[in-house]
Amino acid sequence: MRSGVIAQKVGMTRVFTGTGEHVPVTVLKLANCQVVAHRTKEKGGYVALQLGSGGRKVKNVSKAERGHFAVAKVEPKRKLAEFRVSEDGLIPVGAEITADHFVVGQFVDVTGTSIGKGFAGPMKRWNFAGLRASHGVSASHRSHGSTGGRQDPGKTFKNKKMAGHLGVERVTTLNLKVVQTDVERGLILVEGAVPGAKGGWIMVRDAVKKNLPKEAPQPGAFRPAAAEAAAAAAPTPAGPAAGEGA
Amino acid sequence: MDLIRELEQEQIAKLSAGKEIPDFGPGDTLLVNVKVVEGERSRVQAYEGVCIGRSGRGLNESFTVRKISYGEGVERVFPLYSPMIDSIKVVRRGKVRRAKLYYLRQRRGKSARITERQDRQGPGAGAGAAAAAAEPEEAAAE
Repeated sequence: MRSGVIAQKVGMTRVFTGTGEHVPVTVLKLANCQVVAHRTKEKGGYVALQLGSGGRKVKNVSKAERGHFAVAKVEPKRKLAEFRVSEDGLIPVGAEITADHFVVGQFVDVTGTSIGKGFAGPMKRWNFAGLRASHGVSASHRSHGSTGGRQDPGKTFKNKKMAGHLGVERVTTLNLKVVQTDVERGLILVEGAVPGAKGGWIMVRDAVKKNLPKEAPQPGAFRPAAAEAAAAAAPTPAGPAAGEGA
Repeated sequence: MDLIRELEQEQIAKLSAGKEIPDFGPGDTLLVNVKVVEGERSRVQAYEGVCIGRSGRGLNESFTVRKISYGEGVERVFPLYSPMIDSIKVVRRGKVRRAKLYYLRQRRGKSARITERQDRQGPGAGAGAAAAAAEPEEAAAE
């Protein structure tokens, strides 16, 4: 299982294909997405990568967090997230994941926080049909209907769909196609809409319900950390083994 | 420039390379050469009609061309930077007073005519021509 990445939603645009069709795409930007820590079987009981993305002023980072980032020798990050990986899918700490981690044409799952809609009625929140426009309905055209039985069961069941807060929840959209990647600028163009507002943090993973193409880099495409890159350049070839495809 | 605009500008540059998009507006009669793919072969088909409006900006700009085909009104909307457009030619410049010529949909024949625009030299020359062509129905056909 490969790692995912943390990206930032930039916005939507369209891409014209050679055959004259156009594809609506969401532009996702990798804002300096680096590996901050490893979670290992011995220490945590599971194998995962902790990635960080974005920048943050040092003065705004707590001392504890500063220590955590210092261990990894990375700049303080705005957003941290863990991605479960298989044992051989670990990427060295400090490495920066690049946009060609994903292959054009492959499918990805994206997770974000949806845009807040505030207190929403049942029509908007649950796609209820509402009440009739006429035939005696007064002042409640967008309300829901009945919410339960009569004397039996004598209550409204829990989780009954009603008006309430809508949005600002974690939403995952499955199987979005990668249309284009741009390593220099760190851009991933994904077909279709991605949950959340512009500037929001988006977790992009390989699709769980589609096969990963064979040409996808294992364990991932990344630039090694500066210190390790120097070690690799030194006469003794002791640098990072994989991922030089970046 | 924000990233989205930058990406769109790059695409515009790529799509319009080797192809000139003339300056045209509503009322102009256009000849749009459209690439048509039939099975394996592709050929170019001409579509001629009056541009009744342009909409959108940048990469998302499109224009509508209306014509009467076998007595039936036909409108086609083309994205301005569509790779399916081989070329656009302006056949005739029209004198109109609106940005969207939707009123043509209710008209047929004589009343649906658009007078040709007479371009004079200088920026302030249009006043006399505008008075003469104020009533498109009555303006003499060229």
